[in-house]
Amino acid sequence: MSEHESHGDGHHAHHPHQAHHWDSMRQQFEAGKLGMWLFLATEVLLFGGLFCAYFIYRANYPELYEYGHHALDKVWGAINTVVLLVSSLTMALAVRASQVGNRKQLQAMLAITFLCGCGFMGIKAVEYKAKIDHGYLPGKLFNYAKTIEHEHEGHAHDGDHHDDHHGDGVAHAEGVFGAPAVSVVAPLEQTAQAQPAAPPSGLSASASRVAGDHAEHGHEDGDHGGHDGYLPVDGRPPNIHIFFSIYFMMTGLHGIHVLIGMAVIAWLLVVCRDGRFGPSYFTPVEIGGLYWHLVDLIWIFLFPLLYLI
Amino acid sequence: MNPPETAAATSTQVAEAPAVPNHYLNHSKGFLSWALTLDHKRIGLMYLVGVLGCFALGGIFALLVRTELWAPGDTIAGMFASPGSSPQEVYNMWFTVHGAVMVFLVIIPGVPAALGNFVLPIMLGAKDVAFPRLNLGSFYLWVIGALFFVYTLFNGGVDGGWTFYTPYSASQATNVIPALLGVFILGFSSIFTGMNFVVTIHKLRPPGMTWFRMPLFLWGSYATALIQVLATPVLGITLLLLIMEKTLHVGIFSPEYGGDPVLYQHFFWFYSHPAVYIMILPAMGIVSELISVHSHKRPFGYQFIAYSSIAIAVFGFLVWGHHMFTSTQSPAMNAIFSAITFSVSIPSAIKVFNWLATMWGGSIRLTVPMLYGLAFIFLFSIGGLTGLYLGTLSTDIHFHDTYFVVAHFHYVMMGSALIGMFGGVHHWWPKMVGRHYNGTLARISWALIFVGFNVTFFTQFLLGSQGMPRRYYDYLPRYEIYHKISTVGSYMMAAGFLIMAFYLLQSIFGGRKSPANPWGANTLEWHCTSPPPHDNFATAPAIEDCYDYSGIDYDAKIGGYTSRANP
Repeated sequence: MSEHESHGDGHHAHHPHQAHHWDSMRQQFEAGKLGMWLFLATEVLLFGGLFCAYFIYRANYPELYEYGHHALDKVWGAINTVVLLVSSLTMALAVRASQVGNRKQLQAMLAITFLCGCGFMGIKAVEYKAKIDHGYLPGKLFNYAKTIEHEHEGHAHDGDHHDDHHGDGVAHAEGVFGAPAVSVVAPLEQTAQAQPAAPPSGLSASASRVAGDHAEHGHEDGDHGGHDGYLPVDGRPPNIHIFFSIYFMMTGLHGIHVLIGMAVIAWLLVVCRDGRFGPSYFTPVEIGGLYWHLVDLIWIFLFPLLYLI
Repeated sequence: MNPPETAAATSTQVAEAPAVPNHYLNHSKGFLSWALTLDHKRIGLMYLVGVLGCFALGGIFALLVRTELWAPGDTIAGMFASPGSSPQEVYNMWFTVHGAVMVFLVIIPGVPAALGNFVLPIMLGAKDVAFPRLNLGSFYLWVIGALFFVYTLFNGGVDGGWTFYTPYSASQATNVIPALLGVFILGFSSIFTGMNFVVTIHKLRPPGMTWFRMPLFLWGSYATALIQVLATPVLGITLLLLIMEKTLHVGIFSPEYGGDPVLYQHFFWFYSHPAVYIMILPAMGIVSELISVHSHKRPFGYQFIAYSSIAIAVFGFLVWGHHMFTSTQSPAMNAIFSAITFSVSIPSAIKVFNWLATMWGGSIRLTVPMLYGLAFIFLFSIGGLTGLYLGTLSTDIHFHDTYFVVAHFHYVMMGSALIGMFGGVHHWWPKMVGRHYNGTLARISWALIFVGFNVTFFTQFLLGSQGMPRRYYDYLPRYEIYHKISTVGSYMMAAGFLIMAFYLLQSIFGGRKSPANPWGANTLEWHCTSPPPHDNFATAPAIEDCYDYSGIDYDAKIGGYTSRANP
């Protein structure tokens, strides 16, 4: 840093934000923009891996998605889509405000964008909380016992019926996995039964807890505004945890990007107070905006893929 | 060399140079002036030190592996085994650390981040890379990534091979998570370097430096940077998914949890095959410079060499499936991947033939960099041609996972990428530190490395064709003679590299001062003083034909070359 300044004074008068190795502000701006586009390309490819995983599993095990997506709350998802679209509009207006040097408007638009980000993450937190309460979690965290226990409670099954019910589940698993003959995941067919076999171990212990927890369950249901949120265990495909793995990894990585974007916007809000952005220098707002639009765009794909189909 | 001559050399090259030679090494002093530097030359030098240090580390593990294989059964691994582990596990850790360190810490950042950082902006005629802060950040990410590897070393190492194949890596292997995080961070480092180079070449070319006036090293670096930007994120997400699989059992790569191990291989090689070209393309760029400069002749087929770099980068994205000919890929996919794999040989061969044609009729001087250039052509030809055996479906069934594969990729990774890098180090060393190394020792070292390499790895082609599988700790007695020869060769290389370390270090303190242009090259970095000034160019450089050697004359007084057109 120090040397950066030490030779800067040898140059003739430049814009204060022009680094020494650029000939003009325009050149510097274009380079920054190109750099951001390249970075966005890497982001697309980063998410591309997850989308690829989504489509491969969708092609091989469509039943996971057909069943699992009912657990996601379309209303909240749609509201979040609108929130992000609005934030993209305000971000675009913020870029415009910085270009014409309207500091007040820039601050207002950045603030609204930031609040939209907060709103998005807040709604996401509500959704995650519901999934956590229901035990609909990725991988080994998926609570097979809890979801079955809820069904047991709701339909007033007795213990014997429960065992029968589990037996049905296994039979069903074989049926489902016998069907997709194109499976490239041959080993999965052998291990598919291992997962449904897991619930009984924790079942008796947790089932005895059910009676006492009744009030708590009622409270959870209340959180959902009358919507119970549990999916029927009957007909649930084995390895359903994979759907929630994909859901949490995709929305989680996206959520991290929203947080990073919000940090960038917060930084812009802080530094723009000195009025540094104007017609000759608005690069940070512009490339921050590009990043925010990408974050928005990824959600536009995530919402229908996870919630609607 | 005495002081008046040095002053003469300086003044002929840079008219406005101050009376006291001011260059990037003595421009500012103190630890922070290096730790916080934004100067691409210092960052490049710091990268070079780090990369060479890791090369020594990876080399030690290679020697441990080769020593263990001196005889069947336990040779030395047993001595390193703790009470809870077997010699076999120690051996697994050794080859894993060797592979991971060499690939992720040495070869991938080697040419682009170390040499490229130093040379690329000067060659282009720019004062710095486009984003100097990002450049420094990339270096620190590299350091952090390296620290993750060091951490695993002190915690019982990591095993499972540098490819981290599932299901083994997801279930049993030790210390995989820190190693994966290390590679993830190194990936960001690589992405930042790539972004910087792409933007630098697009936006910082001075007037007159058109695309087809760029030196070929820049074309190689540009193609490399594109791959770094476009392939590395896929590795990033793959490693994150693997970490999630290992911690949360999300069911993506491991059949135990409902995942698909072949999907991991697809994801991994979608990055790691292009990564092979991240390693080889910049080395090819260096060799294009070496052959032209040290033959004192314009590169034959400049545009073909330039376009072939781009072609290799593009084809490189389409061939990853050839790593999975034996992993349940459909025959149709195998045939398609095999065919595209063959197509990579076309741009590769274009380069080799053009280098040969460049030398033809040139005034070849067997300088040390040229010796490395020639070694590259020889070793790359063997490495490339044996690749065809592996790209052919029928032969690959036999060669898959044998020492034939090990020998093939060592010919490409070490015999080509690293030999090219060391050629570049020897070529630009006088520019970087302003001193010459000892030529005699350098030739002895080169000979030991070149011969030792072939003794080590050509033998492994024979081993592999006779069925010796890779990564095995033990072997049948009939393979013993080949393993012994191979181990002897690895010691020869080690001796060569020790000599190299000695004369390079010695040159810093006692080497003959280098003139601005010791090789008679005409690319822009040789128009600067040695070492270059802090800002690279006092005034905007005049861009001329960088391969026109007609105006470059030897001046015995300064022991180097001067340019008639641009005194």
